[in-house]
Amino acid sequence: MASLASQPEWMIRTVGLQKTYVLGGENRVHALRGVDMGVRRGDYMAIMGPSGSGKSTMLNLIGCLDRPTGGQYFLGGDDVSQMDDDALSAIRGERIGFIFQSYNLIPQLTVLENIQVPLFYQGHDLRKTLNRCRELANLVGLGDRLDHRPNQLSGGQQQRVAIARSLVNDPLIILADEPTGNLDSKTGAEVLDLIDRLNREGKTIVLVTHDDKVAARAYRVIHMKDGVIDREVINRPPPTPPAS
Amino acid sequence: MLRLQLIAIIRLGIKSLMLHKLRSALTMLGIIFGVCSVIAMLAIGEGASYAAQEAIKKLGSNNILIRSLKPPEAARQQQGGGGPRGMSLKYGLTYADGARLQATIPGVKRVVPSRIIRENVRFGRTEVPCQVIGTLPFFAEVTGVELVRGRFLSDLDERHQNNICVITAGLAQRLFPTEDPLQHSVKVDAFYYRVVGIIRETGKAEQRTQAGKMEGQPLDNNVYIPLSTSRTRFGEVLIRRTAGSFEAEEVQLHQITVQMQDTAAVETADPQIKTLLRRFHDQNDYELIVPLELLREAEATKRRFNIVLGSIAAISLLVGGIGIMNIMLANVTERTREIGVRRALGAKRRDITLQFLVETVVLSIGGGLIGVLVGMLTPVIVSMATDMKTIVTLWSVLVAFGISGAVGIVFGLYPARAAAMLDPIEALRHE
Ligand SMILES: Nc1ncnc2c1ncn2[C@@H]1O[C@H](COP(=O)(O)OP(=O)(O)OP(=O)(O)O)[C@@H](O)[C@H]1O
Ligand SMILES: [Mg+2]
Repeated sequence: MASLASQPEWMIRTVGLQKTYVLGGENRVHALRGVDMGVRRGDYMAIMGPSGSGKSTMLNLIGCLDRPTGGQYFLGGDDVSQMDDDALSAIRGERIGFIFQSYNLIPQLTVLENIQVPLFYQGHDLRKTLNRCRELANLVGLGDRLDHRPNQLSGGQQQRVAIARSLVNDPLIILADEPTGNLDSKTGAEVLDLIDRLNREGKTIVLVTHDDKVAARAYRVIHMKDGVIDREVINRPPPTPPAS
Repeated sequence: MLRLQLIAIIRLGIKSLMLHKLRSALTMLGIIFGVCSVIAMLAIGEGASYAAQEAIKKLGSNNILIRSLKPPEAARQQQGGGGPRGMSLKYGLTYADGARLQATIPGVKRVVPSRIIRENVRFGRTEVPCQVIGTLPFFAEVTGVELVRGRFLSDLDERHQNNICVITAGLAQRLFPTEDPLQHSVKVDAFYYRVVGIIRETGKAEQRTQAGKMEGQPLDNNVYIPLSTSRTRFGEVLIRRTAGSFEAEEVQLHQITVQMQDTAAVETADPQIKTLLRRFHDQNDYELIVPLELLREAEATKRRFNIVLGSIAAISLLVGGIGIMNIMLANVTERTREIGVRRALGAKRRDITLQFLVETVVLSIGGGLIGVLVGMLTPVIVSMATDMKTIVTLWSVLVAFGISGAVGIVFGLYPARAAAMLDPIEALRHE
């Protein structure tokens, strides 16, 4: 099983993934109770399910923000479940781009500086990567707002900055937890269009949503319930992954 | 690369601190006051002890000074008018004391006796109250007299009881503003003394009068004459006119300066001299001044003073440090979300530690720098406002500044660690 799981065609592969929160004493919450799933390079997968079903928990594990309490998780062939904090930080910085529901820009930094944050922790010389940051800002349509602070931007604009930031390290996967949850449908659609475009350009995307219309943009949707995958719906066949 | 990173972190720290300018400034105040007070207080203390030590050093650390003192019981008797009229009060050091010191105390290099008489010195119409000091030629070497012009007293002068004198530069200025002093004589009492030399006094042996306290007299109005001359011209009985009454006293010598071979000899000679004098004086009519001892005392006092200052400084810096820690802890709580975001974007724990540590260090070093500036300025203002001497020493600046930096690190470490140990998800979920 493990040999199969670690085959490089799987960008993400989980085997019996579990997450149990210990709330003190005998009080435990089984947020994930054995999830098996895989995501291929270039895939676009949505996760749906009722509140409390474990979607965010799942996404946090995929994003290496947290460690599973059971099972295995392979990211690009590496067994992540056993890594220490520094290694996980490195993986987050190098391979993963996050888009949050509440944007999570750093308030004291400008648009440009916010985009630069992941580069900073990878030890890049920020002056040499300035052009790349500008290009990304142009890509999300905020090239003329580089010096603005987050509180001077609309929600949609902030989320687009967050998207630029998630792209700056050229990650393998982009994880988005309800990225349009705080946006009206029109701005939400703009943000989703941007995500679609990233996927067409080759990025692997995993997105959590409550909205069927949002989920319809993905190739496939997994529905979670009580910490396990209830069912999987294929909207369209995903593209065959480019030969590596 | 690493340096670039550090510069970027420092800039980031400043940026974050600038977000709450007032709060950061108030936090810095604690450190500013701490550092400033350390430097300023040390400068004032240093200045005071420097002045004291200089004065003592000028007495000569190889010297022991013995001065005649009017015995207190005799003074009372005289004031009450108890003593018979015409009887002079007899006290003080004698020529015999000088000879005995020279003969019996080991390690003595020279014994220089002197008589110090307060008289007005006149030239033409100018009259200046002075100390007329009768002494031996050795005096120059023993107390470190610096010749400006002419010569000091000679053995020949002493033998022939010459009517010559050497005057201090300040007195020469006052008596002979336009003329060459070496061409003239000054008049003391009824006699004329030819001026043969002008000195600048480095030794302040006569700074205290024989009574042992400072009097309102300018210090450098001294006239030196041969001891033998002083003895014959003034006699042994000195009459002092004070407010309508006469005061006659018989004092052979007012001061004996004992020059020892080295400082070690000073320490052994000190008790020996005391014993010797006690045997030949039934009344307490002399005092011993050991500059070396005074110097040691002054140094000990200064050390104690520095310890007290150090404690005050330590406490104020501690309070400043606690203030910083308090603010940084609030800061970490307030920015929990930011910490979570940074962790999600690839920051390692040590990146977060460094970021918050740099912020505290920027606060404390910034406070330290301002404190150093204010602390160096304060003594200058104090010196200008009062005539206190102040000395800002390099080490006090370095120590104060160093401590401020250390305070930043010590009190910043805990909040920074607390920030770094936050769970990324918990931090992201924080409102
Ligand atoms: N830190 C935690 N400590 C304890 N229990 C937790 C913790 N985080 C999540 N849970 C529990 O785990 C379960 C799954 O939570 P999760 O956040 O993954 O749900 P979700 O599917 O994202 O829900 P929503 O749609 O409301 O965001 C819930 O029962 C939740 O209470
Ligand atoms: Mg959720």
